[in-house]
Amino acid sequence: MTEQATGAHHPQPRARSAAQAAQPVTEHVTGAQSLIRSLEEVGADTVFGIPGGAILPAYDPMFDSKRVRHILVRHEQGAGHAATGYAQATGKVGVCMATSGPGATNLVTPIADAHMDSVPLVAITGQVSSKSIGTDAFQEADICGITMPITKHNFLVTKAEDIPHTIAEAFHIAATGRPGPVLVDIAKDALQAQTVFTWPPQTDLPGYRPVTKPHAKQIREAARLIAEAKRPVLYVGGGVLKAHATEELRILAELTGAPVTTTLMALGAFPDSHPQHVGMPGMHGAVSAVTALQKADLLVALGARFDDRVTGRVDTFAPFAKIVHADVDPAEIGKIRAADVPIVGDAREVIADLIVAVQAEHEAGHRGDYAEWWGQIDSWRKTYPLGYDLPEDGSLSPQQVIERIGRLAPEHTIYAAGVGQHQMWASQYINYEKPYTWLNSGGAGTMGYAVPAAMGAKAGMPEATVWAIDGDGCFQMTNQELVTCALNNIPIKVAIINNGALGMVRQWQTLFYNERYSNTVLHSGPTESDSGSAAGAEKAAGLGTRTPDFVKLAEAMGCVGIRCEDPADLDAVIERANSINDRTVVVDFICHEDAMVWPMVAAGTSNDEVMAARGVRPDFGDMDD
Amino acid sequence: MSKHTLSVLVENKPGVLARITALFSRRGFNIDSLAVGTTEHPDISRITIVVNVVEELPLEQVTKQLNKLINVLKIVELEPSTAVHRELVLVKVRADNETRSQITEIVSLFRAKTVDVSPEAVTIEATGGAEKLEALLKMLEPFGIKELVQSGTIAIGRGARSITDRSLRALDRSA
Repeated sequence: MTEQATGAHHPQPRARSAAQAAQPVTEHVTGAQSLIRSLEEVGADTVFGIPGGAILPAYDPMFDSKRVRHILVRHEQGAGHAATGYAQATGKVGVCMATSGPGATNLVTPIADAHMDSVPLVAITGQVSSKSIGTDAFQEADICGITMPITKHNFLVTKAEDIPHTIAEAFHIAATGRPGPVLVDIAKDALQAQTVFTWPPQTDLPGYRPVTKPHAKQIREAARLIAEAKRPVLYVGGGVLKAHATEELRILAELTGAPVTTTLMALGAFPDSHPQHVGMPGMHGAVSAVTALQKADLLVALGARFDDRVTGRVDTFAPFAKIVHADVDPAEIGKIRAADVPIVGDAREVIADLIVAVQAEHEAGHRGDYAEWWGQIDSWRKTYPLGYDLPEDGSLSPQQVIERIGRLAPEHTIYAAGVGQHQMWASQYINYEKPYTWLNSGGAGTMGYAVPAAMGAKAGMPEATVWAIDGDGCFQMTNQELVTCALNNIPIKVAIINNGALGMVRQWQTLFYNERYSNTVLHSGPTESDSGSAAGAEKAAGLGTRTPDFVKLAEAMGCVGIRCEDPADLDAVIERANSINDRTVVVDFICHEDAMVWPMVAAGTSNDEVMAARGVRPDFGDMDD
Repeated sequence: MSKHTLSVLVENKPGVLARITALFSRRGFNIDSLAVGTTEHPDISRITIVVNVVEELPLEQVTKQLNKLINVLKIVELEPSTAVHRELVLVKVRADNETRSQITEIVSLFRAKTVDVSPEAVTIEATGGAEKLEALLKMLEPFGIKELVQSGTIAIGRGARSITDRSLRALDRSA
């Protein structure tokens, strides 16, 4: 009984490459060598990191590894976001490495970011020697304690023999079920000790059993509701991308004929150009998508989590809709909105089963008639399309810049955005036709994500064109990784949407704080307080951040720097950036600062209050209510 | 507000209790009482948590979020009607020659035990459900309670079934 309980019953998750490994390996090595050998065996081909005292032993065998490419970044935060970008673009587990103390704490933001967006990430940190743990030793930080709430799991390894199985478990946990970040903190003496490396290792995760196979009864019930519904919407979240279920999604969508909305995390999961795609939902979603959710009688949520940015005020969200909620994480179901049909399972298996069940409904003569519903949706799409006005003063429109980048980019271009207005415009005005081409920080909203994430994506997908769409605020947080790009032959393209302001915060100040622009001005030009002066009379619009000079900064970091201020030059500048593929290109687009992101559902209000533009509430025929 | 008793079987590893308590605090769940100990199986610890929730939904969230912790093996809610709940109190009561016999009478009425006697005080050990212990303390209060220490609730289901057994069988199946 006891024997069984400790050993035989445990599931034996094996890292993907371990499953393919033909021969078990046994080698006499140091803990550090064991770590690098483990990384090789799990198939980690790229590691982003910075060495330091406690992790130093690991960097010695890393130097010799032919299978693991280490990219030396300039800040650990860059390593973390690069690993995330790598993971989001390739679908593989991203890996970052740092030393103890400040090295590890600099990973906290990207780990939290990956946790919010369910990105498979393994962070490896050095820890002070096991005998020094708890003594406030030099560069000691309890990184396991610190990252406990922002990791899917973490490990403290103090014995060399625990390294291989812990690495295998970390990759398994990161990649399976609902993906997420896993931190492995390894004491320096464990890295230095002699040990035996064996692969594949015995892994032991008795408490980790993600449910991926959905319940057949729930699937049938969901199919029945789809057939019965008059106004259904497939509400697609990032889980569909994580589960590699985009092919299945398309089949299900076309089989049912239901409208599809893809969240910020799911852009590319369903082609934007598809006639059934009604746009992105949420705070800055398309009027058609927001309204379709509000008026729907059935939401089929697939790998989506009813985030507050999608629902607006929850008690008024989709008030007429029954909810089918499929998610691999049972805790998401019923967390925000009660589900009429809860389905726990991997999105790919759920959708594949739904296809069969919906076909069965059709064969039994139950097919939803959504013609009237489509009539309504089409009228919203026609009346309230996404759009923007060009600035009257002839300066660059940020939306237009982003739209043109999207139009002129080669096929299969990957886009990484920072956080703010430019992120929302990039979500709105670039068409995402393919999965894994849109990387952004959705849940955490991490400014500074774009440059390192684009770098990570390019490192993982060297053939692809990678455009970082960044803001001048975001860019100033993490641009040092351009040096990493320049020195490691990772030629990305960066568009700085330079409006000289923390634009999204400024937009809120415009709308909700009486245009008092407290601490959102990044440029050195006249501000509101100078408005009486002659300089102030000249509107600051279109000034952009000039300190630092982003063109010179780019050049100083070994990149090509280009500035664009005139709409007449826009296409030529973008074409030029697209033509340079051997160096990183930074384009400083000086844009009008008053441009705003529309549509908008103000925070804390109902999606029924969506504003198509400033002061313009769409007319849904309910104005007299 | 309603109280629920959860028996949580966890891997007996360092830091597991911290993971659980941290989860409660960051998700805004209230722990009413907590008791931890090993089980008949050395690799498995059992944490009994009495949680205070406002509605049914949050309890479901509590168990679902707990289940996401990698070191958590199994969670069972033990209902008052189908499980035995016990707490332990040690209470030091002021006692002199006049009151000591009255106190020992109360002790025997509650089937408690006197575990220490000194000229000015007696120390009483009592186990039972929360209500019984509350009643005992109410009786002792007039004599003067000098010191009181209480354990968290522990609980076990009635009947022959064992939650650790079932948990281990479930693990067998998943292997």
